[in-house]
Amino acid sequence: MKRLNNIITDSLKEMDIMSSSEIIDSETELFNGKHGLDSLGLVTLLINIEQKIETEYGASITIADEKAMSQKNSPFKTIGSLVAFLEEKLADDE
Amino acid sequence: MNKRILITGTSRGIGKYLVDYYTSLGNTVIGCSRNEINYTFKNYEHFICDISDEKCVKKIFKKISITHKGIDVLINNAGVSSMNHSLLTDISTVRNIFDTNLIGSFLFIREAAKLMQKNKFGRVINFSTVAVPLSLEGEAIYASSKAAVISLTKTLSKELSNFGITVNAIGPTPVKTDLIKSIPQKKLDALINRQAIKRYGEFQDISNVIDFFISEKSDFITGQEIYLGGV
Repeated sequence: MKRLNNIITDSLKEMDIMSSSEIIDSETELFNGKHGLDSLGLVTLLINIEQKIETEYGASITIADEKAMSQKNSPFKTIGSLVAFLEEKLADDE
Repeated sequence: MNKRILITGTSRGIGKYLVDYYTSLGNTVIGCSRNEINYTFKNYEHFICDISDEKCVKKIFKKISITHKGIDVLINNAGVSSMNHSLLTDISTVRNIFDTNLIGSFLFIREAAKLMQKNKFGRVINFSTVAVPLSLEGEAIYASSKAAVISLTKTLSKELSNFGITVNAIGPTPVKTDLIKSIPQKKLDALINRQAIKRYGEFQDISNVIDFFISEKSDFITGQEIYLGGV
C-alpha cells in the first residue's frame, strides 16, 4: 500500500500539484480540496501512475476501465480510494 | 531535425519509403509490420506486430520508452483495404478492416500520446483516403473505416492540444502500391479522372505533406485533413 501511495504522491509532485514538504494522507482529496485536479490533470495523473506501475510492478494496466467509470463512488475521489482501487486491480492482474 | 519517428506498416509501399526517407534525413525511425522485413536501414528498428493487438502494441511502446526515452512523431500508415460490393462483403472482412485501420490507429495514438505528453511535444499523422470525400462505390467499408479515422483525427486534435500534440490526416490518391493492385484499371482511371490533377500520387507527394505537418513551425496546425490531387 505504501508503495502505491508513494507512486501517487510522486506523480502529484512531478506535476507540481503539491510541494515535497506537504503532508498528505489517504483522505487527501484529488478533485476538491486544495489540490483540485481538473479533468486534464486527472488524465495526466493516471497516465503517470500507469507508467510508474509498469516500471515498478511490471504490470501493464488501464486504470480508467469500465469498472472504474461505472462505480457508484469514484475511485478517483481521494488518494486512499485510488490506492484501494489500484490494489484490487493489481491483484486481478496477477 | 533529428526526431524519433514511429511509422506503422513499414514492410512495403509507402511505409517502407517513409522509413528510407526519414532515416536518410538523420532521424531515428522505429517501424512495425505483421511480417518480417527484407531490408535494413541505419538508425531503423523494426518490430513484428499486429497493430490491433493491444498487448503487442503496449510491448512496442514499453521498448521505445526504455530505448529511445520517448517519441516525437507517429505516422499511422498501416492500412488494409478490400474492394467489394457491400452486398458481397463478408463480416470478417469488415472486422479486419476496422481492426487495422481504426483500432490500430487509435491504439498507437493512445500509447504514443502518453509518451509525447511528457515532452509537451508530439506530431500524429493519420492516413485517410480520397475514397472518403469521393464516396467511392465498392469501397464502403474501407472508406467508412477511414472516415472514422478522420473523426478520430479531429476529436483527438482537441483532446491532445493541451499536451502540445497536433493530430492531422493525409488522404492520398491512388499510389502504385500493393494496396491498389486488386482494383481494375478502368476503375483507377475513372478515379484519377475525378481529381483536379489527373495523375497517380507519388511517394514524395505524401512525404511533402507529412514534412509540413511534423514541422516544429506547424504547432498551430491541427485537426486538419489534406487530400492530394485536388480531391
